[in-house]
Amino acid sequence: MKFRFILSIALYLCGVSVQTFGADALAWTAATCGGCHALQDPLYDQKPVDERANRKAPPLFYAGNKFRRDWLVSWLQKPDRIRPAGYFPPAHVVSGPDGDIVDETSLQQHPDFTQQEAVRAADYLMSLTPYTARLDEIEYAPGSISWKMGNLNFGKFRGCDACHRDAPDFGGVSGPELYTAWDRLQPKFIFSFISNPAAWDAHTLMPHVELNPAVVKKLADYLKVNGEDEE
Amino acid sequence: MKTAKFIVVLAGLATVHLSYADGDASEGKALYRNYCTQCHGVTGDGKGVNIPDMAVLPRDHTDTSEMSARTDAELTKAIKHGGKAVNKSVLMPAWEGNLNDQQVANLVAYLRELCCNK
Repeated sequence: MKFRFILSIALYLCGVSVQTFGADALAWTAATCGGCHALQDPLYDQKPVDERANRKAPPLFYAGNKFRRDWLVSWLQKPDRIRPAGYFPPAHVVSGPDGDIVDETSLQQHPDFTQQEAVRAADYLMSLTPYTARLDEIEYAPGSISWKMGNLNFGKFRGCDACHRDAPDFGGVSGPELYTAWDRLQPKFIFSFISNPAAWDAHTLMPHVELNPAVVKKLADYLKVNGEDEE
Repeated sequence: MKTAKFIVVLAGLATVHLSYADGDASEGKALYRNYCTQCHGVTGDGKGVNIPDMAVLPRDHTDTSEMSARTDAELTKAIKHGGKAVNKSVLMPAWEGNLNDQQVANLVAYLRELCCNK
């Protein structure tokens, strides 16, 4: 009882509503996810860039601004790898005779959740929304684009496929796969992250390139069209 | 007044013209691991884990003759503004938005060590 009271105070001070999630659910999520994922802002911008190498998994303190809830519930029950070379590729890549390869044995498998656990975790994660104001400023109405033009833009013109796969069997492996991005991520997050990845993560491995909104829209719309095409 | 102007100009020059000689190769090595090895390879030989589907292979940073032909200014430009800025592939992104001038100088210093201090 005393533990619950102290936990409630701590979580309240962190801006989490205990009324929405019971203290048990919060404690469970913190214990289950918090060992690898940052559930509170780690203030990366105030740390040296080396910290990126020491992260175990993506930060989740803005998960509610990033993910689609339905995808979270589904993925947590069957967590197929999204980043073929892990969250920090240099830690999972070794030199081979024909070039570098992913050392599969070094990759950790995300635990499977039961349906009940997945719903509980997703509900909690979707409550973490420190950047809602940032997304509210985004004016992005998802639209259509010819798949061929979008694909050319993504690959040949912008070089995104150097690091990302836009099909299960094509593209780089150091970044997260993007043929599932539309299912996984909120449209405004996609737009915002392409526009300024460093605003979301000071030590992101995604290049922060100045792109005008029309260019960003083309890329985001391609992820939509391509993602729908993959279904 | 003249002295003050002179100091301002000198400070400006020092800021703008960082070269590999101003860089810290050991700091550059850590940055290289984070940002470059995915394409240029863990040993810098241009055979990174991303290359199987690439139309243009990344530069081999261990190639002494190739790298010796590149000036610090060219390397700096390629890192900051991307491959397109030096008439090379768009697959090399611009890192200016992620790395500051000192970090780029550190990377150039490490490239010089990688290519030519064998």
